[in-house]
Amino acid sequence: MPVIALAPDYRGEVRDRVENFHGNQLVYFGWDRRMLFCSPFTLPLPPDMPFKTLVSDVLTPLLAAHPEGASIDWSTATWLRAGQPFVPEPEASLVANGLGHKTVLRLQTPQPAGVGGSGN
Amino acid sequence: MSIKEKYALLTRDLGWDTTYQSMDAVFPQDKFEGIVIHNWDGWEDPFRMTMDAYWKFQSEKERKLYAIIDAFQQNNGQLNVTDARYVNALKLFLTGVSPLEYAAHRGFAMAGRNLRGAGARVACQMQSVDELRHCQTQVHTISQYNKFFNGFEDWTHMHDRLWYLSVPKSYFEDAMTAGPFEFITAISFSFEYVLTNLLFMPFMSGAAFNGDMATVTFGFSAQSDESRHMTLGLEVVKFMLEQDPANLPIIQKWVDKWFWRGYRLLTLVAMMMDYMLPKKVMSWKEAWEMYFEQNGGALFADLARYGVRMPKYHEQAAQEKDHLSHIAWSIFYNFNHAAAIHTWVPEENELDWLKAQYPDTFEEHHLPHLRYWQEQHKAGKRWTNPGLPMLCQLCQVPMAFREPGDPTQVCYREVKYEGENYHFCSDGCCDIFKNEPEKYVQAWLPVHQIFQGNCGGPTLPEVLDWYHLKPEAAGDYADSADRANWERWTNDNPKAA
Ligand SMILES: [Fe+2]
Ligand SMILES: [Fe+2]
Ligand SMILES: [Zn+2]
Repeated sequence: MPVIALAPDYRGEVRDRVENFHGNQLVYFGWDRRMLFCSPFTLPLPPDMPFKTLVSDVLTPLLAAHPEGASIDWSTATWLRAGQPFVPEPEASLVANGLGHKTVLRLQTPQPAGVGGSGN
Repeated sequence: MSIKEKYALLTRDLGWDTTYQSMDAVFPQDKFEGIVIHNWDGWEDPFRMTMDAYWKFQSEKERKLYAIIDAFQQNNGQLNVTDARYVNALKLFLTGVSPLEYAAHRGFAMAGRNLRGAGARVACQMQSVDELRHCQTQVHTISQYNKFFNGFEDWTHMHDRLWYLSVPKSYFEDAMTAGPFEFITAISFSFEYVLTNLLFMPFMSGAAFNGDMATVTFGFSAQSDESRHMTLGLEVVKFMLEQDPANLPIIQKWVDKWFWRGYRLLTLVAMMMDYMLPKKVMSWKEAWEMYFEQNGGALFADLARYGVRMPKYHEQAAQEKDHLSHIAWSIFYNFNHAAAIHTWVPEENELDWLKAQYPDTFEEHHLPHLRYWQEQHKAGKRWTNPGLPMLCQLCQVPMAFREPGDPTQVCYREVKYEGENYHFCSDGCCDIFKNEPEKYVQAWLPVHQIFQGNCGGPTLPEVLDWYHLKPEAAGDYADSADRANWERWTNDNPKAA
C-alpha cells in the first residue's frame, strides 16, 4: 500500500526530483571504512561531468581533509555503484557511467587503512 | 458527588450522538486507519480526573515552580552549573525538545477532536493543555540561560530550519499527519510509555548532577503529568487490542515503526549523556539496558497475552548501544560550524570514563578520530567536514550508522520507487518507507533543500544567516565566547569557583 490516507489515491509530491536542482543532479559519495568523515557526502554535479573530472576536481580536494587523502592510489582504487562493483570509464560522463540522480558511489582503497589503521 | 460520579458526568454527559450529520461525517478520521472500535465506553481513563481537580492540581504545581524559578534567577543560579559546556545540553533541549512539547499540545488537541468517544476526547484535551504547559515552563526556565549564553535565541525559527533539528521536527510531523490512533500509539505509547525514561531521566538527572536546579524543577513539575500520559498510552493500546482482533496487526506495525523512529530520535540524547554532561549520570549503554532491555522487555512480555511482540529491529538497537553516542558526537563535531551547540574533544578524565563504559569498542573505533581532532586543534587547525552529508530519507540523520555486525562500515539501504532512488540509514527506516512511500517521498531534507536553493543562498554564510545561526553560537567550545565569559564570571565569583 503506498500510503494510509483519508483521501482516496493520495499522492505525495516528490520533493527531490532532478528538475529541482537547476541542471545538477545529486551523487552521494562515500569512502569506505573512513569514519573520520562521519557519513557519505551529498554532491550536486553536472550530469555530463567526465568521471575523471569528478576525481580530480571534486573528490581529490574533498578528501584532502583526511590525513591519508593525498596518498590515495587512484589507479588501484575500486568502486561500487549502487552497492555493486563497477569499473568507471574515466573519459565518459557521470550519466554514461550509470551514475544518475541520487546514485551512491563508493570508493574502496585497501591501503592506507585509516587513521592509525583504525578505519577512521 | 463522588469523584467517580463527577468523572462519569464529565465524560459521558458531555458527549452526544449527532443527528443533523451522521457520526461518521463528523468523525471521519477515526475509521480510515482500519482500527475497529465496538464500544467507546470501554475507554477508561485510570486517573478519572475532573476539570476542577485538574485546575487545582496544576495551579498548585505552577505556583511552586515559578517560586523556585524566581529564586534561581535572583541568585544567578546559572553560575552554579558544573561547567559552561553543560549549557549545551539545554540548548539542544530548547531547540529540539520544547518545540515537540508544543507540537504535542497541537497533536492531542487534534486527536481529541477526531476521536468519537467522550472519554478519549477529555483525556486528549487534558494532555493537550499539559503539553502547552510543559513548553511554557521550559521556555520560562531556560530564558535565564539565554541572558548569559549564546545559541538560545530564535529557538522556534531554528527548529523549523536547522539541519539537525529536522530530525525531531519530522518525527513529530510524521505522527501528527497520521490518523488519531496512530498518533496516540506513536506518542502516548511508543514514546511516552516505552521510551520516555530515556529522554527525561538523562536530561533531569543530568541537570541535577550538574547543578542546574532550574531544569530539575521543571522536570519534576512535568513528571506527574507524564505519569498520567504514560498510563494513558498503555491503556489506549490495550483498549484497541481488546476491541477487535483485526486491530492487532495494525498496532504491531505502528509499534515497530514508532519504536524505530523514537529510537533514532534518541540518538541526540545518547550524545548528550556521554559527551555533553561534564558530570556523567550513566552511559547511554547502561540507560538502554536498564530502560529498554529490562523495563521495556518486561512490558512486552506482559503484552504478549494480547499477541503483541517486541518491536522489530530491537536487536539492532541493542547492538548499536556501543556506538550510538560516539557516532552522534562525530556528526556534530564534523558539522559544528553549522550547529547551534558547541562541541569539543572530551577531557582526559572523560575519555577514561568512556573507555571504562565502552571497553570493547571505544578505544578501537572511536578514540582514534577524537585523538586526531585533538592534535589538529592543538596545532591551530580545528578540523571540520569539507562537504555536506548524505541524509537518511526517513529519520533525516546523516548516514553515519554502521552495518549491523560491522562497526567500520557505513550501513547503506536503498529502494527504487516510481523511478526515483531513496536511501536509508537502516533496515528500520527502510521498512517504514516501504510501507508508506507516498508519505516519505515528500520529506524536506535539509541538505537537498540547500542544493535546491531554498535555504537563503548557495554559500555557507547565506545558509547560516537563513538559519539565524550567529557565528558565536557555533564552533568549538574551546574557542567560544561562552567559554571566555564563563571563565571570567567564575573567576570573579568565588561561590561558583
Ligand atoms: Fe510533555
Ligand atoms: Fe507528555
Ligand atoms: Zn534513518
